[in-house]
Order: sequence, then C-alpha cells, then structure tokens
Amino acid sequence: MNFTLNGKPCKVEHCDAEITLLRYLRTRANLPGTKEGCASGDCGACTVLLADTDGEPRTVNACITPLGAVAGRSVVTVEGLEENGSLHPAQQAMVDQHGSQCGFCTPGFVMSLAGLYQRSQAQGVAPTREVVTDAIAGNLCRCTGYRPIIDAGLHMLEYPARACTVQPPTQNSAAEERDDSAPLFGNARSRFYQPCSEAALQRILQAEPGARLVAGGTDFMLEISQLYKQFEAVVDVSRVVELCRIEQRDETLHIGASAPYAALQAYPALASPELQAVLHRLGSQQIRNRAGLGGNLANGSPIADTPPVLLCWEASLELVNAAGEARRVPLDEFYLDYRKTVLAAGEYIRSVQVPLAAIARPHRFRKLSKRFEDDISSVLMAVSLASEGESVSQVRIAYGGMAATPARALDAERVLLEQGLSDSGIAAACGAVAQHFKPLTDVRASAEYRRAMAANLLEIALRELRGEPVVSVWSPASHSEVAAHA
Amino acid sequence: MRKLVSPLPPGQGSGADPVGKALPQDSAERHVSGRAVYIDDMPVYPNQLHVAVGGSEHAHARVESIDLSKVRAAEGVVDVVCHADIPGSADISPVFDGDLLLADKEVNFVGQPLFAVAAETYEQAHRAVQLAKVIYTPLEPLLSIDAAMEAQAFVLPTRRSVKGDPDTALAAAEHTLSGETRIAGQEHFYLEGQVSAAEPEEHGGVQVYSSSQHPSEVQKLVAEVLDLPIGAVQVQVRRMGGGFGGKESQAAPLACLSALFARRTGRPVRYRMARRDDMVLTGKRHPFRHRYRVGFDSDGLIKAADVEVAGDCGCTADLSEGIVDRAMHHSDNAYNLPAARVTGYRCKTHTVSHTAFRGFGGPQGIVGCEAMMDDIARATGLDPLDVRKRNLYRPGDTTHYGQEIEENTLIDLVAALEQRCDYRRRRMQILEANRGDGPLRRGLSLTPVKFGISFTSTHLNQAGALVHIYTDGSVHLNHGGTEMGQGLYIKVAQIVARALGVSIERVMISATRTDKVPNTSPTAASAGTDMNGMAALDACETILARLREFAAGHFGCAADEVRFVDDHVHCGEQVLGFGEFVSLAYMNRVSLSATGFYKTPKIWFDKEQGQGRPFLYFATGAACSEVLVDTRTGEYRVQRVDILHDVGNSLNPAIDIGQIEGGFVQGMGWLTTEELKWDERGRLISNGPANYKIPTAFDLPEQFNVALFDRPNHAETIYRSKAVGEPPLMLPISVWCALRDACASLCDYRFNPRLDPPATAERVYWAVQQARAGVAPEAAW
Repeated sequence: MNFTLNGKPCKVEHCDAEITLLRYLRTRANLPGTKEGCASGDCGACTVLLADTDGEPRTVNACITPLGAVAGRSVVTVEGLEENGSLHPAQQAMVDQHGSQCGFCTPGFVMSLAGLYQRSQAQGVAPTREVVTDAIAGNLCRCTGYRPIIDAGLHMLEYPARACTVQPPTQNSAAEERDDSAPLFGNARSRFYQPCSEAALQRILQAEPGARLVAGGTDFMLEISQLYKQFEAVVDVSRVVELCRIEQRDETLHIGASAPYAALQAYPALASPELQAVLHRLGSQQIRNRAGLGGNLANGSPIADTPPVLLCWEASLELVNAAGEARRVPLDEFYLDYRKTVLAAGEYIRSVQVPLAAIARPHRFRKLSKRFEDDISSVLMAVSLASEGESVSQVRIAYGGMAATPARALDAERVLLEQGLSDSGIAAACGAVAQHFKPLTDVRASAEYRRAMAANLLEIALRELRGEPVVSVWSPASHSEVAAHA
Repeated sequence: MRKLVSPLPPGQGSGADPVGKALPQDSAERHVSGRAVYIDDMPVYPNQLHVAVGGSEHAHARVESIDLSKVRAAEGVVDVVCHADIPGSADISPVFDGDLLLADKEVNFVGQPLFAVAAETYEQAHRAVQLAKVIYTPLEPLLSIDAAMEAQAFVLPTRRSVKGDPDTALAAAEHTLSGETRIAGQEHFYLEGQVSAAEPEEHGGVQVYSSSQHPSEVQKLVAEVLDLPIGAVQVQVRRMGGGFGGKESQAAPLACLSALFARRTGRPVRYRMARRDDMVLTGKRHPFRHRYRVGFDSDGLIKAADVEVAGDCGCTADLSEGIVDRAMHHSDNAYNLPAARVTGYRCKTHTVSHTAFRGFGGPQGIVGCEAMMDDIARATGLDPLDVRKRNLYRPGDTTHYGQEIEENTLIDLVAALEQRCDYRRRRMQILEANRGDGPLRRGLSLTPVKFGISFTSTHLNQAGALVHIYTDGSVHLNHGGTEMGQGLYIKVAQIVARALGVSIERVMISATRTDKVPNTSPTAASAGTDMNGMAALDACETILARLREFAAGHFGCAADEVRFVDDHVHCGEQVLGFGEFVSLAYMNRVSLSATGFYKTPKIWFDKEQGQGRPFLYFATGAACSEVLVDTRTGEYRVQRVDILHDVGNSLNPAIDIGQIEGGFVQGMGWLTTEELKWDERGRLISNGPANYKIPTAFDLPEQFNVALFDRPNHAETIYRSKAVGEPPLMLPISVWCALRDACASLCDYRFNPRLDPPATAERVYWAVQQARAGVAPEAAW
C-alpha cells in the first residue's frame, strides 16, 4: 500500500491488519510529534490532516484510523507543517498567543487549526470565534482553558500567507492500480482489505466469512486500541463507491452507509437546521470526517444520535449479503435488543433511505448530554409531525437513551393523533412518554432524569412546532429574550 | 581548556530586564512543531520491553491464589513479577505506610495491581495480563464516606483546630444555620498519561526517566524497591504533559516497575499507562463531605462556626494528611470566624487512594465555606456579596489555626472587582429578569479566594539550584523544580537573567535531574517558582560575589561598584561584554559554578494542636460569574466571568494569565461536568474521556475578562511575586454559587436548594425541582 506522508511517498508492506495510523506514525515512521492521549478518538492529541486527491484537508484522529484508511491519500503530521525552517501560521500564532502550556495536546490543536487555516484561506474569510471553536471542539486541553488557542485561530490568518498546508497525494500513490478484492496489506496472521466496489466487497465477504467491517472506525477500532484484540481479516468499506454516494431517486434520499457525516453536513437536501444541529454535536470534526450512518446504525447502540432522527423520518435500510442479495428493512424493524439488530453474518448496510416527504415535515430534534460538544447523549428526542391548526394528521416520536434500543414512543404518537397540539394534548403525550419508557441509570444520567427529560424535551419541541417562540440557553435568541425581560 | 571560544556578543538592546515580560513558555516552539520530547517519544531500543499490570477484580478481597501460567506463556512475554519478586521494599508510600507496588494477600480497590508483565510490545503486554486466573475471597468493602464514618474507619487520626469557644458563641448567636455539601472528586486528565522508562546501568544501578513532579521521591523509592543505595539510581524529568498533582506520588509505581524489570532483564523498559488504566489505577482529587453549623447576626456577621470536613482518602494515607489539613485550613476561605472548631476526618474506603490535585484539599474546604456564606445570605435576606464583604478578614485577625492576617489585599481586590464587573447593576437586572415566568433563570455570584502558600509539612519548604557560567558567557540553569506546563522553567530563567544582568537567550534551561540537584521537594503547593526561583537567585549571588571580588581586585574598583546590566559588566569606568568578562574571570581562576539553596522563612505548624503559621503568605483573587439556566432541562451556559487575581509583582504576565484562565476552566470542569461515578461494587464506571467530560473550548464563558491585581507581595518572595499555580482553580466556585443563585430564584431566594458539585445539568434540574417545591434542604446535623 502507498500513501503520501508529509509530502513524501511512503510504502507499507508487512503489517498487522489492526495497526492504527497513530501506531504507524509513532513506531514505524519515526514521527512521535503526534501524541496518544486517549486512544479512543476523544481527546484529539493525535489529530493529523488527511487529504484525498481533491487536496481538501480533513482532520482525523490517528488513534482510531486504521492505517489502511490512508491508502492513496496524503497525510500531514505536525512535523510536516514547517516550511524552510519557519513555522506554519497556525504554529506561530499558537506560540505568540501562549497557546501551549504542557504542550502535549498542542500538536493536535495545531493540526486542527492548520486544517482550518487552509479552508479559511480557500474561502478567503477569517474564521469567527464560532468557527474556531467548532474546529477545535474535538481537541481537549487541560492546561490553558482554551482562550489563547481560540485567539491563535482568530489571528493566524494575519501572518504571512502559507501557500499550501496539505499537498494532494503524489500521483504515484493516488493512481495506484491493484486488485481491490485482494488484501491491501497484511502479514502471515492478518489481512486488511479495501474494496472499491460492492462487487469486490462481496467477493471478499465470500472468501473471508469471519471478516470484520470497518468504515469510520469510531466503534470497531476501540476493540483494538482499548481491548488489544486481533483480527484475521479487516475490511475497510469506506472506499466502496456505492456505499459513499448520497443521491435522490424516486422522492427518496439514498444515503450511502459509508458517507461520512461531513458529507451529510454539506448535502443540500439535509440542510434542516435541526438535523445540522444534531450533526454538529455528533462527535467532533475529526469524527465526522470519518464516521457515517452505517456504523452508527449497525453497532446497535441505544444511545447513537442518528437512529431517533431516522426513525422519525421513516427511514429504511438496504441490507446486502455476500451473494449480493439485497433486502429492505424499515428502521423500525432493524433493532432487536440491546446491541442486537437483524443484520445477519456477512450482511452489510448499503444505504439508508429517507422519503423526502418525511424530511419536509416539521420536526424538532433535541439532545441532552453532560457536555455540549463531543459527548454521548443521555437522551435524544426526535419528533416530526404534520398538523393543521392544533390537529395532528401524522406524527412520529423517537428516542435514544430511553430503552435497550432506539425506540419510538407509540403511545405518545397515538395521543397526539387523537388529541392534537392543544395544551391538554401536549400534556397527555408527555405523560404517555414518561409512562412508556423504563430507562436505565448509568454513568450519563439517572433513570428518573431520563424519564423527566423525555417528557420535557417533547413538550419543548411540541410547543415550538405549535408556533411558540424558541427559548434556549444555546441559541443566541436566548440573550435577547433575557435582555427583553431585563 | 586550552583555548577559549569567542564570547557571545551582547544582545542588541533587547537584553533589558526580562522579569515581568510576557515571554513564551520555554518549549513553546518545540510544542507547536512536535519536537518537544515526552518520555514515550524517546527512541525505542531494539530490545525495548513494555509493561502492563493485572489487577484486582474486587474492591476488597483476600487473594487465595494467582495462576500466571497462561500469562507467562503468552506471546512476547519476557518476564512477570508478583509481590514476592520485589527484592527490596514493596511499600512505596510517600509519607505513611500502605501503598504497595504490587498487592500481596489482600486487595483494597478494584484494579489494584497484583502482578506485572514485561513483553516485547505494548500490545502483547496488555493482552497477556488478561490471561491471569486469580481466586479471591471477597470481603465487605467500605465504599462511601458515610460508611467509613459509621465504621470509624480512618487512614489517619482525626485532627482539630479550635479558636475561642465556638459552642458558647454558637449558643449565644442571634441566628444559627447548618448545612451539608458533598463535594465530588476529580480525575486529573493530564493529556500525557503516566509514563516512565528505565535503563540498566553498568554499575548495577538504573537511569530512570519519569513523568513525575517529584523526581527525588521516585529516585528514593526505586532504590528502596531494588534494594540499592539512592545514589545508584538517577532520575530525569525534562517535562510532563500535565501534572496537576496527579504526578506527585502517582508516578512512582511506573518508575519502580520499569526499574525492576530493567534490573531483572538487563533490558531497557518502558511503562506507559493506557488512559483507562490511568483513570482506574491512579488516585484522584478527594471527594469530601462538608458540614457546617454557623452562628451569625441579622447583618450576616459570623459569630462562630463549627465545621466538619471528611475526606474520602481511599484505601491508604498517601498524601491525605496534608490534603485534609489543607481542607481544614481553608474552611474559612477569606472570612473571619471569631470562634471556630474545624474537625478533619480522613476516611478509609476501598477505592483507589486519592491524592494531590491542584488545591490539595483547599478547594473542597472553600466550596463548603462559600455554600455557608450563600446560606447566610438567604437566611438574612441580604445580598450574598454583602455577607461576604462583611466577613472578609482584616489585618490583625487570626485564622482558626492561629495565623495572623497581615494584609488587606482581598478587601481592596473584592471592591475593585465589584466595580469592574458592574455587580450591583447586574444584580438588579437579574432580580428583575427572574421575576418573569419564562423557563430561563439567571444567576450571579462573586466569590473570593484566599489560598495559603507553603507546604504544610514544614520540611518540604526547601529548594536547590545549580548555575554554571561558561567561558563564552552562556549560562546553564538547573534546579529541583519540574516543568509540567506551568511555566516554571521560563520564570526561573527570567529570574537568573535579571540576577546576572544577561539576556534571556543566554540562559540554557536543562532537565531536572537528581544528580544535579539532590534531595528536592515535589513541585507542588504552588511554591515552585517561590522556592526554586530563590534557590537559583542564591546560586547566582554566590557567583556574582566571586565575580565582584575578582573585578574589584582586577580593575581596582569597589566590589559594590561592579554592575551586571544588559549583557555587560561595569567595573568602575571599565565596561566589558559579559562573555568577555567571564572569560577573563576564568583565566584568573574564578569558579563560575555554584549551587543555591532556599528555605522558606517564618513558617511552623503544630499538627497535634492544629495551630501555627503554616503559610508564608496568602495568594488571593476573586471572580464574578453569571449563568443562564434552562429550568426545563437543567442545561446552562456560563455567560460572563470577570476575574481579578493577585499575583504580586508578576514575573511573567502571560504565564500568570495562563495559569489563571487554565485553573479557572479546570476548576469549572470539576464543579460542573466532570462526574466521577463508581458502581455498587466499587468499580469506576467513568473510566475514559467518553464518559468523563472535561471542558472543551465551547464551555469557555462567552465573556471572559481576566486581569491581574497590581500590588507587590508584602512577604519577601522572589521579586515580590506571588504563587499562582493552585489559587485560580477556586475562582470558578463563583460559577457553582451562581447556579445555586439561579435555582434559588425559584423559591424567591428564601433558601438555596441542595446542589452538590458537580452541577451537571441533571443535578441543576433536581435543584430547580427542589426550589420550585419550596422545601429547603433538611438540617444536616
């Protein structure tokens, strides 16, 4: 396998299939500038820039990126930013703003800022505080309190311009030709595959019935980085063209299982501010550049952020097996129990299909978590409805964090259809939700809080859908609301 | 040497006094370029071994048998050790006994290491430790402060400080009130996890690289474990990727195991903890139960207080003696308690032994005290700031542990912040806004911090330094303090540059090493610069005295006419470049190297009586925070924070501001989103960054105004500066108090609902419910 590392071609031959990009950089490529802070994609100390042939720099967490994911791409680490011995503007701004104290998280911040630098340069606009904060939301710093790092981001474009932070991959590695149903690399014990088409993927699944699939790797890679597991065959489905597409056909949006969230964020038919707000808080930029719907659904987690939204939007999944046989399963029927789905061995998710009409219906999504950015939901509520006046003709309500699987609140839906959006209808629906679920107490929240929030979030959402003003501590509107009181 | 190099040319005018300048952290350029080397970045030897440990599955159990046959047989495993394999002492406690490198017959917390593996790769070591078969007889664990108090299970005896006659004064007081706050612990979450490396040396000793705040203790413990003289072990610490107290005693086991394997195998060994291991196996900030009974008059003036602090020390004493002492010493925060009894319990539980964390018990004492101040305000109907101001210490007052207050900085500082942040106008606006029935509520609070500076163990208040001047006029600086990001190295370099009259570029900062400065104290208690700066100054003055004497003789001027300024030396009429001058001194056989030493004056403390002068001085500051709370969910935002903090004469304002802002955000995390949780069996379930949430950039207050209070330290500290490491951590107590304030608006400020930190959205929601129900918390005791 070939890739470009800090502008130079790099070749990988004999390697464990499980090796992460971070382990490769630190132990094989002699580039220890990229740090391991958590090995779980939560702290951003291992952030590097990854560019495809388009040259667009994307931040990723090297600790949970399989090495194979960078095949044919260009990787830039903190060691690759200096040019002729002078620091990159993101680096110099960090020095000048006193943005490092212990320095351990610093390379990760520098890479997040350097990626932002190139994007801002391309757009010709200096980033706002909000944009800088979003760019570094996946980077934890325990020393500085972030203010000087944000200031570095705000000021870095004032330095003499740097022509290019990340070069596209060199021709050599990008144009690599190979049999994509054969291993990309491996050794006597293990094989890493990277098919580019479904046909190749199916051939691999037939030959390697025990193979594990990886796309964004945010869940699967933890088995390696946290539990030190070994696998004979790992199949990276993030390059399968059919799985990366987002397209509209027959009044339906088909979202490829491997399309990263970053692509969803940019897709016009998904411009719903409510969805965008959910995506914004889903992991960090590093995560959204790699992860997508396929993994979020397939791992069967009851606290994943997208399933309630997709349940609400009447989504169904296209599942395909090694023989290429496809079946369509409504998301309602996909989950069986805690971390159990109808996915059979050797079966994969091709796409998530969402009727455009469902997206068009008024909806509200509300997430609660201990921390606003980059945190797993304690409760996520999604509601979508069609109404005229107070009467409701269609409604779907779904939750994450309230049961062993993402689940609809069917009782509450029924109440709303019967009683509409009157005060009493809303109260009855919220009461039904609190009755319906038996959530757990865990590290994120108590069962009592979850139950109370399931009702309160629904009430907030229904009132908004009824036309009452949005009141929230998160939206800038809240300031004027409070100011008006004052 | 036979031939000297040309001296470094004097600086081009920029060489003026570096003290007080906002110079960057000494490694800033290396940090941003990835060139700063942390221990795990050091090159790996071809025969490098990696360590992992296997630990207890029970909080409390007798170990019946350990079968390690599968561990030994696992791929890549080179060596395995148990308690019985330790050649010297297995006890690696910092102060009192009980911290075992590897457990023997009994385990006292989930995860407690029972054996260790050295393997060819990191992953192999971690896979191997999963293969052990251990048979336990579970014993009843104590898993809470209440359980320990009931069982009277303590790691160390209970202590008391008493001032006046608190019982009589309480009985006579116009009003009395009591309250309880349960204050959670905190995970350090330094970004660089615990790590150590050891290399065997030809004389049978070991060279250790440790990410430690206390290299001398690591050196001593490695020597004890290996049964070697201390001098056979040397420890180097170039930098830590964050410490915060978590690498004061907790770094030692990694160094000891690395060294043990290095001795046994003759190979270089590295032990880096995986994040989850680090979170489970190393101690945290102590959880505390704080209870108070207070007597006061209708003006909110305190007459007497009875305070009980009970710290969850975990399974051993570790540093808990001093930590609970400091919680006791800060139970008054900034307020005069005319009569007081403060009792400190050191509870034993079957959890990991809790340890130092920025503030060292002080923050927990202050949280409880500030809760008390707010409760007095509710009981009297006064503005909480008025209650606070009325009770602030005045010069001449005495603390409950007998230390006299010598300055009135805090009175002036609080008044100045009150003006700056427009407290009174905003308070009126908030009271008005909260009268509406909208779902959002606002809260405001201004809280001071007074933090005692010095180690409470008097003997630790000593420091050493080593300064060399080379013949070209470059300077080598070494001292016993360690760099963990706090900017100690650059501050001491600034001190040395001023003392020698040279530009900062001449001062070469070097890694902390036990063979350069021996018998050092931990870099802790905020005292790093105070102590090491003074020691370095002492070394400089020794050399300067020799140079002055030489110059006087050589140039025929008076010794006190010799001045060192701007990279030049003025000897009467003669002016020489610094390098030229020291070359001349060398040729005339003047020693250009000296050690320096410092011991903090004036301090003493009688631990049994709970009386003395434990602190040389107090560092002070204050913060005003405003929050906006959504009463429907408990979610909130910190909208504005104003800080005024007293660092005396700032040695480096950029470093000081960095400590203040960083300490604030770290403390805010402790009090808001960072929630440690153990399950009913004593297993830590908040064991990674996915379920333990430290602040992100988004959590920064929307408006964050930080300023230094410009006044020299009255105490004779290095260039009249003040320590800054820990005190700012307590400034965000104002955020917690503001959240209580917002919740109290729902019961018309009649009482403060219970809101034990961390004030997660969930806890704020329940506090809102309590306030709405109008039911004040029950009297605690």
